[in-house]
Amino acid sequence: MRDLVKWGVVAVVATGVCSSAGTASAAEPIKIGAFLSATGPASFLGEPEKKTLEMYVEKVNKAGGVLGRKIELVVYDDGGAGDKASTFTKRLIESDKVDLLIGGSTTGTTMAAVPLVERAQLPFISLAGGVNIVEPVKKWVFKTPHTDRMAAEKVFADMKKKGFTKVALISEDAGFGKSGHDQSLMVVKNYGIEIVADEVYSPKDPDVTAQLTKIKNSPGVQAVFNFGFGQGPAIVTKNFKQLGMGVPLFQSHGVASKDYIKLAGDATDGVRLPAAGLVVPEQLAATDPQKPVVSAFKKEYETAFKSDVSTFAGHAYDGLQIALAAIARAGSVDKEKVRDEIEKTSGYVGTGGMVSMTPTDHMGLSLSAFHMVEIRKGEWVLSD
Amino acid sequence: MFAAFLQYLFSGLTSGAIYALAGLGFAIIYNASHVINFAQGEFIMIGGMASATLVAAGVPMPLAITLAMIISMAVGVALEKFAIEPARNADVVTIIIITIGASIFMRGAAQIIWDKEFHSLPAFSGEIPIAVLGATLMPQSLWVFGVAAVVIVALWWFFNRTMFGKAMLATSHNRLAAQLVGVGVKKVLLASFALSALLGAVGGIVVTPITFTNYEAGIMLGLKGFSAAVLGGLGNGGGAIVGGLIVGIAEALASGYLSSAYKDAIAFVIILFVLFFMPNGLFGKRGTDRV
Amino acid sequence: MNFKTARTGGLALLAIVIAAAPIGFSNSYYYDVGVNAMFNAIVCVGLNLLIGYAGQISLGHAGFFALGAYGSALMTTNYGIPPIGAMVLSAAVVGLLAFLVGRPILKLKGHYLAMATLGIGIIIHIVLKTESKITGGPDGMSVDNFSLLGVTVMGDRMWYWVAGGLLVLTVWLALNLIDSPVGRALRAVHGSEVGAEVVGVDTSSYKVLVFVVSAMFASVVGSLFAHKNGFITPDIGSFFHSVELVTMVVLGGMASVFGALIGAVILTLLPQVLAAVEQYEAMILGAIMMGTMIFMPKGLLPSIVASLKRRGAGK
Repeated sequence: MRDLVKWGVVAVVATGVCSSAGTASAAEPIKIGAFLSATGPASFLGEPEKKTLEMYVEKVNKAGGVLGRKIELVVYDDGGAGDKASTFTKRLIESDKVDLLIGGSTTGTTMAAVPLVERAQLPFISLAGGVNIVEPVKKWVFKTPHTDRMAAEKVFADMKKKGFTKVALISEDAGFGKSGHDQSLMVVKNYGIEIVADEVYSPKDPDVTAQLTKIKNSPGVQAVFNFGFGQGPAIVTKNFKQLGMGVPLFQSHGVASKDYIKLAGDATDGVRLPAAGLVVPEQLAATDPQKPVVSAFKKEYETAFKSDVSTFAGHAYDGLQIALAAIARAGSVDKEKVRDEIEKTSGYVGTGGMVSMTPTDHMGLSLSAFHMVEIRKGEWVLSD
Repeated sequence: MFAAFLQYLFSGLTSGAIYALAGLGFAIIYNASHVINFAQGEFIMIGGMASATLVAAGVPMPLAITLAMIISMAVGVALEKFAIEPARNADVVTIIIITIGASIFMRGAAQIIWDKEFHSLPAFSGEIPIAVLGATLMPQSLWVFGVAAVVIVALWWFFNRTMFGKAMLATSHNRLAAQLVGVGVKKVLLASFALSALLGAVGGIVVTPITFTNYEAGIMLGLKGFSAAVLGGLGNGGGAIVGGLIVGIAEALASGYLSSAYKDAIAFVIILFVLFFMPNGLFGKRGTDRV
Repeated sequence: MNFKTARTGGLALLAIVIAAAPIGFSNSYYYDVGVNAMFNAIVCVGLNLLIGYAGQISLGHAGFFALGAYGSALMTTNYGIPPIGAMVLSAAVVGLLAFLVGRPILKLKGHYLAMATLGIGIIIHIVLKTESKITGGPDGMSVDNFSLLGVTVMGDRMWYWVAGGLLVLTVWLALNLIDSPVGRALRAVHGSEVGAEVVGVDTSSYKVLVFVVSAMFASVVGSLFAHKNGFITPDIGSFFHSVELVTMVVLGGMASVFGALIGAVILTLLPQVLAAVEQYEAMILGAIMMGTMIFMPKGLLPSIVASLKRRGAGK
């Protein structure tokens, strides 16, 4: 809490200093706009993203900025609502006249902004998972997180390896879980796996034993896959243990934060999920290029905020780094040039994996960016 | 088959008891003042958040729980004193907006005082499920049932056997007449808010080991509690309990036998149907319209 | 000042304000906020007929708004129906739905009515969220531009004038409706339903009529909003949006057309202003809502008018 206030003050002071410094010297600050879901149902994503952006912009400015210019960050909270995201995007483009846009914690808020940035021709890096953000490719839109489709593919590949052919799906009916559910149904056939039960819960349901009982009574279920984030998966996990389901439980990357283990306690023992290297930095092979990057980020984040790092914070970190690197390479904030440079991002090692974008791939992550992780005694254990 | 049904029933009872506790708070304030307090869910949130963060900070559980109840009651009293009391003679809708404003304010304050993360409390009696005829039940669910039962008995005793409780009931029937026979209406209003805030906190504390809590946890609980109170008949404590259980069980059976995607919708359809035929809820008093 | 002159004066003032406001707009973001404010104002003027004049609360109007939006989005994208046709058809469907549910629901009183309308709004929201094959689910769907007779309404400036024109028209319609026999019957319903019935007013028909009219207002604005935004998510039909609409009406002033309008404008602008203090946004918003209602229980406009009148009488 005190850190929040501290960072808030720092951010305010930093913006003030930046703008006054900007007018004093000839160099105008580079303006980066962000709209994030810092409150509302997706604050689980937006809050760490916001903290990360503020912390690293501050850090970059202390080191002299980019192209000798300071960075000015303008953040708005869309509360997870698409219509608010749309208005704030307009505000960032028209009123704040930002040079580059980061944000959209959720697929819904991102998609609400897409037509606006395409019209305004502004480079835009989304922090949301939905595959439709970059498929089909939109000229000005990029994204940093793995798609929900990749998470599903990683899980189904792991299930196939273990010889499971009949599995049950239980997902949350809000944005993240719903699109994960739809993507899962789309790719599951490629792995010779059949979904024999398909249940849904609301993010704030106090109890999901009814849905799990239905799954338990569906004949032939060999494993269960839960797609959601926030307290939902923790309740699913607890209820799962309570019912003694007797089959393995798989989660999505939505639970790749220590909070999940804290909430669900020892019921998480044996749960498998796809996650970025960020959650297991010390277990990565010494030769893994990601190892130093994620170790440093995890340390910096956790020292600054006294809370466990999540992959969502990592998405914001990657987005900012990719953006700043592109601006540096472009040598200006010329929108067309910056866009081209983002698209040329190649071999950037981030918290999510190795990013190499192309004109047809505006995310640039491969399935190898995901690791399968198993939870044992409250700790993440790399288990590819 | 029966084991599955029993499991659905347990699931419904667990959710239902939580909704019922939330609904009771609505009923008490409505009884004393004919106000619907849309900030009732926030009392629940405060109880859960305060106790969870205090326990996490190393405060022993019994002390944390007591403190959480006191904090919540203080907030309830402040709400009545500074927001409801000055607007006592305003329209029903005006007071609804005040309480909605209060709920937004409390959520905003909670995210600053605490944080936006989820918090949990350790279960009171461990986490080993109890097996009953092939179905299972968590010990914490029994705590919720038990607390709900104790609360009902305590409320019954308070309203029927104590002078002050009777005075509160009298005020709900006829404010002017109560005032004429010397009942301090202001005091009654204040007490009703303190009582329902206390109740909210108790609810928040016993359900946090099951559902976890964060600064927005009160929204859903408030909504379900309001539904429970209206379904049971406003101002009727027993009605709120029955209403909550019906909503919880309907949701669980709907996800078990029909569609989990539409379970919330099915619960609302049931409420609508009941209201079509019983416009004052299941146990509500018939309202008379004064000319 | 009698009612007629107040009405013409108010309408003229509204038109002038709408026409003059863009002087202070430095870019299209301001126009965008202006359009949103006026869209909300149109819904609220309609909703106020129900809440302020007929005395019936609805916590489900965002559902009708969302149905209009999705109706237009689906009909124009999937069936190639022209936007104006889709808007009218959606409004007709919403009107019919409101009529069907209105009859049994409006027999309920007070909080029971609030509960029932809340339930209907939530059911609509759940359907929009769940049927993702049709609606795109929680991630939303995109909507084409609005065009009529070969003219495409595009950009915030153009939308501003369209919304402004519609707002003036809506206010004019509402004022006339209130001044008509229907309006007088409504006020009788609000005063005392039994009393109104005794003097021969068919109260339930009037209540249903206003319910249907206000739902159709919401639906039409929902359609326009969908085209203007180009992208919609089921959140526009959420319970929060319904509460927001009611708050606008009550804060601005129930039973006052201009009050509802002012409430809508203020509550649309407020989050934009408060975005600067981000962390404290919710607390300040909540405090403003409580403060206004405690000190001006009749709403902003009626309370200000009353205090001006008192001051005038004192002189």
